[in-house]
Amino acid sequence: MSARVTFATAARVLWQIRRDPRTVALLLVVPAGLLVLMKFVFDAQPHTFQAIGAPLCGLFPFIIMFLITSIAMLRERTTGTLERLMTLPLAKADLLAGYGIAFGLLAALQAAVVCGVGFAFLGLDAPHGALAVAALAILNAVLGMALGLLASAFAQTEFQAVQFMPAVILPQLLLCGLFVARDEMAQLLYDVSWLMPLTYAYDALHRVTVPAPLNGRVAVDVVVVVGVTIASLGLAAATLRRRTA
Amino acid sequence: MSAISIDGLRVVRGGNVVLPGLSLDVPEGSITGLLGPSGCGKTTLMRAIVGVQIVAGGTVTVLGLPAGAAALRARVGYVTQAPSVYGDLTIAENLRYFAHVVGVSHERIGEVVETVGLGGREGQIVGSLSGGQRSRVSLATALLSRPEVLVLDEPTVGLDPVLREELWQTFGALATDGVTLLVSSHVMDEARECDTLALMRDGAMLDVTSPAELRTRTGEDDLGRAFLAVIREADRS
Repeated sequence: MSARVTFATAARVLWQIRRDPRTVALLLVVPAGLLVLMKFVFDAQPHTFQAIGAPLCGLFPFIIMFLITSIAMLRERTTGTLERLMTLPLAKADLLAGYGIAFGLLAALQAAVVCGVGFAFLGLDAPHGALAVAALAILNAVLGMALGLLASAFAQTEFQAVQFMPAVILPQLLLCGLFVARDEMAQLLYDVSWLMPLTYAYDALHRVTVPAPLNGRVAVDVVVVVGVTIASLGLAAATLRRRTA
Repeated sequence: MSAISIDGLRVVRGGNVVLPGLSLDVPEGSITGLLGPSGCGKTTLMRAIVGVQIVAGGTVTVLGLPAGAAALRARVGYVTQAPSVYGDLTIAENLRYFAHVVGVSHERIGEVVETVGLGGREGQIVGSLSGGQRSRVSLATALLSRPEVLVLDEPTVGLDPVLREELWQTFGALATDGVTLLVSSHVMDEARECDTLALMRDGAMLDVTSPAELRTRTGEDDLGRAFLAVIREADRS
């Protein structure tokens, strides 16, 4: 692995996205816009807005980075640039880390905008600090990116890649406890939810957006999110083959 | 000396035997033309040489090492038929990235841009270039690391005659500098530019010869006709 190649890859990925200003604008504006929409949808229920909106600030980057990374990596596969890179002196870890840095930075920007809007203008509360929400948002974004890199290996077309979002992300979003408390779900779903990384991502966000004092559970959540991220990156690396049929 | 030695190479793709057991030696510091109709296995053979093809049997040795060895990655350049560069970046941005990956200085970028005749266009977005220009960016990328072996898959497809001529002059200059080139084509009139001709059909080598030898042996002055004569000869035996 080489720092030179890793950073060159991160710069290249960011440069490609910069060439697409509409994507950058959508990345920054859409989550904040949706949050504004929710504020007025829950106009008569400010408690619901707080309960869903505050953690959602840290989940948007997860959802969007999953989608963007899976398509970016799929493009790399279908245009032949991945095959070229695999014939060059580039370690797979350089490529994955380069993507991680680039999308991590984008996620940080996105998190800054959505947290800024949510906590400064829409009246959301972050009893443990908006910064904690933003930090978790970046961590979740990198998790989304890692899952996206892995998912791209199973998509042959962009149509397929786009549909991995509802297939992989929506069930996790439904089961993580954001909309309905997990212990109120059918027992089977409650059990399954323990196996989903988003459950832990949401749990951490929930804990930093309610007034109760923090305990060790937040640390456990963070460890699980980081662990799943590393495992997904490892599996994604295994799907990058130097030799193909 | 052979830069590339292939012995009994067998490749099966999707249940089809593409190369049943191919052998070929590519001499060092010269241009070898890999000629044959489309679908005869040229690309598969080239992929095996650069080490991106899963092979079922046989050996492929490049510069004394097994094809695809990590030590070969900066020494072997591969240009695929479809240009594999980033369409949303400029020529300079593409080359800068790949220069970082192979670890060469930025001065080298100016050199390769001149070599492929794209000087002055560095700031253009690759996606806005013509097909021929795009494939030359892809070639420039492969030249960055000064590879000792260059494997080029149909590099002149879709180029006008003037550009094609220029590109062949470039290939000649590279060979003079000691680079081994393996160039595939299905256009027989490009065969005259090669030192060695490897004639392929249905995954097998029909003949390995030189343009002069091919003309003499078949009595055909036109290399296209000469290739057809070789095919007929193979069909009879």
